[in-house]
Amino acid sequence: MAKRPRVAVFKFASCDGCQLSLLDCEDELLAVCEAVEIAYFPEASRVYGKGPYDVSLVEGSITTPHDAKRIHKVREQSKLLITIGACATAGGIQALRNFRDVKEFMAAVYASPEYIETLATSTAIADHVKVDFELRGCPINKYQLVEVISALLRGRKPNVPTYSVCMECKRRGTVCVMVARGEACLGPVTQAGCEALCPSYTRACFGCYGPKETPNTASLSSRFATLGVASVDMVRLYRTFNANAGPFRKESEAHER
Amino acid sequence: MSASTRTIKVDYLARVEGEGSLLVKIQGDRVVDVKLKIFEPPRFFEAFLRGRHFREAPDITARICGICPVAYQMSSVHAMEDALGVKVDGPLRELRRLLYCGEWIESHALHIYMLHAPDFLGYEDAIRLAKDHPTIVQRGLELKKAGNQIVTLVGGREIHPINVRVGGFYRVPTKKELAPLAEKLKRARDQALETVRWTAGFSFPAFEQDYEFVALHHPNEYPFNEGTLVSSKGLNIGIRQYEERFEEEHVAHSNALHSILRGDGAYFVGPMARYKLNFERLSRLAKETAREVGLERECRNPFRSVIVRSVETLYACEEALRIIDAYEPPDAPAIEALPRAGTGCGCTEAPRGILYHRYKLDADGTILEAKIVPPTSQNQKRIEQDLRHFVQENVTLGKDDMTWKCEQAIRNYDPCISCATHFLKLELERT
Repeated sequence: MAKRPRVAVFKFASCDGCQLSLLDCEDELLAVCEAVEIAYFPEASRVYGKGPYDVSLVEGSITTPHDAKRIHKVREQSKLLITIGACATAGGIQALRNFRDVKEFMAAVYASPEYIETLATSTAIADHVKVDFELRGCPINKYQLVEVISALLRGRKPNVPTYSVCMECKRRGTVCVMVARGEACLGPVTQAGCEALCPSYTRACFGCYGPKETPNTASLSSRFATLGVASVDMVRLYRTFNANAGPFRKESEAHER
Repeated sequence: MSASTRTIKVDYLARVEGEGSLLVKIQGDRVVDVKLKIFEPPRFFEAFLRGRHFREAPDITARICGICPVAYQMSSVHAMEDALGVKVDGPLRELRRLLYCGEWIESHALHIYMLHAPDFLGYEDAIRLAKDHPTIVQRGLELKKAGNQIVTLVGGREIHPINVRVGGFYRVPTKKELAPLAEKLKRARDQALETVRWTAGFSFPAFEQDYEFVALHHPNEYPFNEGTLVSSKGLNIGIRQYEERFEEEHVAHSNALHSILRGDGAYFVGPMARYKLNFERLSRLAKETAREVGLERECRNPFRSVIVRSVETLYACEEALRIIDAYEPPDAPAIEALPRAGTGCGCTEAPRGILYHRYKLDADGTILEAKIVPPTSQNQKRIEQDLRHFVQENVTLGKDDMTWKCEQAIRNYDPCISCATHFLKLELERT
C-alpha cells in the first residue's frame, strides 16, 4: 500500500467550529482516517506527529505576535496549506477590532489589560504566508471539506464554486426573500457553499461565506436603500464574520462616512 | 535541578476545545503550584457587541463556540427577551428545548466517545480506539449524528445554526418534518442506554472532593433555558441576581477570566452539578438506569462525570422524543420583539454548565453593554483545585503517567477554552 498522506490540523484565533466539521463527518470520518494519516490534530488526539505534513488544514486568524511567527513555522512544515473558514480566510468576527481601538477593547473586557498580548488587527492567513487553497464559510460546509481533501488526494482541483448564493437559491427553487418579502439579503454578493440555507428558512442571507468573485456591493446597497435600510444597518450587514474581506470592508466603510 | 524537584509541563492540551497548557510544581512530595494557562487568543466579543443591534446577538455570540453555539444563542435570546419584556411560551418554548436536546446529545457524545473515553481505555484518541473497537466508536458517531440531526432540522445547520432569533425562530418545522427524527431518536435512546452501561464499566481513580455544585433548577423540568440558580450549599437566587453573588477575577497566567462565588470561592458547573441538583426531574428511564449502574445520587468523583454525561444524553434523547410526540406547530414562528431601553439577563445550561449573558440596550435596540460568563471560566478555578489535590494524592506517579492523568482530570470538565477566552499544555515542575 502506498504511503498515506499525512494531514495536520492547526488552530489560530477561532471558535473551533471549522475543525469540528471534520469530526461532524460522522459517516465519513473513519473512511477519511483510513485514506489519510491524521498526524497532528490536538482537538482529537494526544499524539503530536512531527512534520513535515502533506496537507495542513489551518483554522483561525492571526491576532497575536506569537501566532504571526507560528504561522510561518506551519507553512515551512506543510506541502499544501489549506485555510478553513472565515477566520482563516478573512480574519473572522474578531476582525471587528480592525475598525476600532484595540486598547479600548482590552480595557472593556479585561480588568488587567497588561496581562494580554494581542495585535491591533485580526488578519487572514494569506496576509502572512502563501495559501494553496481557501475554503470559505462560517462555518465551512463539511461536504466541501471532504471534497477538498478527496480532490487533493487525487491531484485534481477541488470543485468549489465561486458564484453567488442566488445561484443555489434558484437551483433549490426557493422564493427570493428580497423580491417577495423586501428583506435586505446579501445573497447576490455572497459566495455559494451553504446551499442557500437562510432563504430556505425564509431568512435573508447574512454573508457567512464572504464576497463572491466580482461582487457588485455598491449596486446591492442602492437596492437596500430603496428597501429603507439605514446606513448604520448597512455597515452592520457587511461587517460580520467576513468584515475584513476586501469588498465587504470597502462597502461597510462607504456607509460609515 | 535537584533530585527532589519535579516539573510537569503539558505544552498543549489535547482533546479539549481550544488552546491551553498546564504547569504543576512539586517540591519534594508537596505540590506547591498549579496553573491552568489559557493562551487561546482573546477575541473581545463583549467589546465589539457594543454598537450592534439586539437582533444580531444570537448570530454573533454563536461564534464564541463552534461546539456549543446553541447555548450562546439561547442565553442571548433569553437575555434580550428579558430586556424587551417578551415571553416565549408554548410550542416555541418546546422547540427551543428540542434544539438544546440536540446540542446536548451532539456535544456529550463527542466528549464521551471522542475526547474522554480514550483516556479510560488507554488510547491516545478515538481513531486508534476505533481500530480495536470499531463498533463502539461507530455507536458514538451515530449517537452524535442523531443530536446533529435535531440541530440541523430545527436550527438549519449543526454548527452556528441560522434559525434562532429573539422571539422565536425564522421558520418552524411541520409535524411531518419532525416525524422521521423520532425513528432516529429511538435508536439513539437505545445507544445512549448502552453508553451509560459502557461508561459505568470503566475503572475510575478513587478521587472525591467536596464541591459546591451550581446549576439551574426548575420546578417541573430538567433545566435547559429557565429556572433559578441554586447550589448544593444553599444558594437560591434569580438570574438577575447573578452578578451580586458571582464575580470574575483576571489572573496573569490566563486569557480567561476566573469566576468565583463571592465569599465561597471556586464552584462547579456542568453535568455533575445539574444531576445532583435536579435528579428528580430526570426521566424515569434515566433515573432507573443511573440506579442500575450504581451511579450515586450525588457523584463527587469528577472522573465519573463521563457516566453522568451519558445519563444526561439518555435523558436528552427521551426529552426530544417527548417534545416531538406532543408537538403542534405554533401560529407564528416568532413573537414580535420591539426595541426599548433596558437591561436583560439570561442564563441557560450549556452542555458544560451555566452560561450567563447580560445586555444593556438603548431605545433603538442598540447594545450599549454586554457581559458573558461562559461555563469554562466558572470551572477554571475548580479545575486547578482538583489538579492540586489529584497530583498531591498521586505524587509518586511517574512523569508520563502523571501527565496523562492530569490531562484526564482536566478533560473531566469537558472544558471549552475557545469559550473561556474571551486551553492545555502541562508543565510539571518538581523542586
